[in-house]
Amino acid sequence: MKLGFSAADEEFRAECADWLNAEMAGEFKDIKGITKLTASPERRKEWEQRLGEAKWGCIGWPEQWGGRNATLAQQVIFAEEYARAGVPGRVNHIGIELAGPTILAFGSEEQKRRFLPDIAAGKTIFCQGFSEPGAGSDLASVRTKGRLENGEWVVNGQKIWTSLAHISDWIFVVTRTEEGSKGPKGLTFLMMEIDQPGIEIRGIKQINGDAEFNETFFTDARCPEDSMIGAVGDGWKIAMGLLAFERGVSTLGQQMAFRNELDELIAAARANGAANNPLIRQRIAKAEIGLRLMRYGALRMLSNTDHSKIDGAALTYKIQWASWRRNLGELAMDVLGQAGEVAEGSEYEWDTLPNLFLYSRADTIYGGTNQIQRNLIAERGLGMPREPRGDV
Amino acid sequence: MEFVFTEEQQMIGETARAFFAENATSERTRKAMAAGGPDAGIDRALWTAFCQELGLSGIGIPESAGGAGLGLVELAIIAEAAGAQVAALPMLGSLALSAQAIAAGGSAEQQAAHLPALLSGEVIAGYVHDAAITADGTSLTGAAGFVAHGGSAQLFVVTSNTGAWLVAADAPGVTVTPLTTMDQTRPYARVTLDGAKGEPLADPAAAIAAAHRAGFVAVAAEALGGAQAALDRTVAYAKERVQFGRPIGSFQAYKHRLADLMIEIEQARSAVYWAACAVDEGSDEAELAVHAAKSFAADTFFLCAGNMIQLHGGIGFTWEHDAHLYFKRARAIQSMLGSGEWHRERIATMILGEVA
Repeated sequence: MKLGFSAADEEFRAECADWLNAEMAGEFKDIKGITKLTASPERRKEWEQRLGEAKWGCIGWPEQWGGRNATLAQQVIFAEEYARAGVPGRVNHIGIELAGPTILAFGSEEQKRRFLPDIAAGKTIFCQGFSEPGAGSDLASVRTKGRLENGEWVVNGQKIWTSLAHISDWIFVVTRTEEGSKGPKGLTFLMMEIDQPGIEIRGIKQINGDAEFNETFFTDARCPEDSMIGAVGDGWKIAMGLLAFERGVSTLGQQMAFRNELDELIAAARANGAANNPLIRQRIAKAEIGLRLMRYGALRMLSNTDHSKIDGAALTYKIQWASWRRNLGELAMDVLGQAGEVAEGSEYEWDTLPNLFLYSRADTIYGGTNQIQRNLIAERGLGMPREPRGDV
Repeated sequence: MEFVFTEEQQMIGETARAFFAENATSERTRKAMAAGGPDAGIDRALWTAFCQELGLSGIGIPESAGGAGLGLVELAIIAEAAGAQVAALPMLGSLALSAQAIAAGGSAEQQAAHLPALLSGEVIAGYVHDAAITADGTSLTGAAGFVAHGGSAQLFVVTSNTGAWLVAADAPGVTVTPLTTMDQTRPYARVTLDGAKGEPLADPAAAIAAAHRAGFVAVAAEALGGAQAALDRTVAYAKERVQFGRPIGSFQAYKHRLADLMIEIEQARSAVYWAACAVDEGSDEAELAVHAAKSFAADTFFLCAGNMIQLHGGIGFTWEHDAHLYFKRARAIQSMLGSGEWHRERIATMILGEVA
């Protein structure tokens, strides 16, 4: 068991920090410190391409596909330095962290050649078409239909909560391709180009006033037959494989963004005197502890190579960070008091902490609600009986 | 950076878990709980076997001081295994606190004079800490109310916030009053020093720092082991107990509670081994980590032990069932060596500064 980094790793850290800081002081100065995922989308697409050119886009990927074959320690370091330098979140995180690894694991050689270099270069932005109005927590009830017609897939139906669909180039879609099938059977995983007449995207205004999520409508939308990942009927297997990538190294980058939020809360508490309130102090200490434990939980999960047993750190990770962040949002409002409830200008737009308070209500819902997480933990982690399935 | 156990660490864990599971049985623990006098709360045969046959007592003590080397990670692995069985042993006071203090702050002579007997289990030491203990030359005055296994100790390591001394339990001016204690696996004694002769440890600051770090990590690890055992036993019960024609673990209200316990335990596990590793590696996070580990793991254990009673229903409230051993041990760990609030305030001070 070892937590320290080697001298070579520390050199790598300096290299990352130097490059990132230089970029954030130079050509990309204007996007430094942005925390909202929807802000300055065009500039952030340019940033994705800059990362790609300099081979910093997907450092954990094989060199052949535009990565650096980076070690786990290096990926951890890059994720930490990325957030430390105030670089905004990746608008192509779905492409880099979910679509790419899924293609790498399940795609054909031709598909790898077609997609991976462009994702790594920051040229193809992906979004995720899983949830539907009738298939939220119960993902296996998807009804969006796909059928083969003259060597093309033709897709009809609706997806929802497609984050950043409005700025994306491609969407991967779980479709029901076997007529009359139910549940996880009969599903197929397709990659579709968004810019076509059969796909329409409408933003969903959220409780924070922003619109990161969308409804995506498919009306005879099309993609070539070989845009399917895996085989016909493999959709569930591929979708589950993809979700496992969600617990990758990116979690550490996400944590550094949380670090920035907690630091902002601490600064606010010092500025307005809340830092002298013993109850607030206890809660800030708890938040600090929780964030550290998230980091070491992630390092345990990433260091673990024994996949013969259920990894408790991995299984509990989603609910842990989601609950932590929701609590942080509530603490932020207790620190700010009523000042947190008024915006600076005339627009309904919120600074980091009030926005955190509002946005974090989504964290405990998307990607599996806290209630679904508890089911999974009890069933997979502790061997409790599975929830009975209704027959509606 | 590799945050997983080495093969050697895994082996130590397997050995320790097998040893405690086989020997620290409920029956033997209850015999120790019922014993009076110097055997109160100590399974003597278990302690001797642990120290001499298993040879794990020297872990975390440098080889130069007569120990087995290794560090707090390995010490935590052992404490976790002992905690899982609520073993009735003076491990905390004698090894994690006193032996660590002597190894870190004692002169070579002091180490040679005391550590072999502590590590062999022939002598039990108690750790007496109170900020108000005063020294007039080598004559100590003061008291500490809650000395773990103090009624069994032949030797005390006495510390204030600045001084550290060795005091023989039978020295003139030392009064030891065993106390009826809620957690009978680790009974307290009140130790009063009234002009008792103390032999100063060579480096008191090092002794105090080492004892506190090892003590915080050891109780945190013990709490982790206890919490996991409380959950494991409740999970087993949830599968076998049937009500309304189904295993009670199939009720969502029940299984969500179990899930909540697992979520906390996984964090406690990260906390304990982060803290142990940070101390061993001399990381600048070590201070924060030990406070985090102690407060977090103690609260986790209490949450799990409380739920162990609730989720067992009536049987969990009986003396016969082991749930109360976990519950009482968990409560004791929350208060000993600084409350959760105290540890969190230490962390708050690190990140927010003192209250203005």
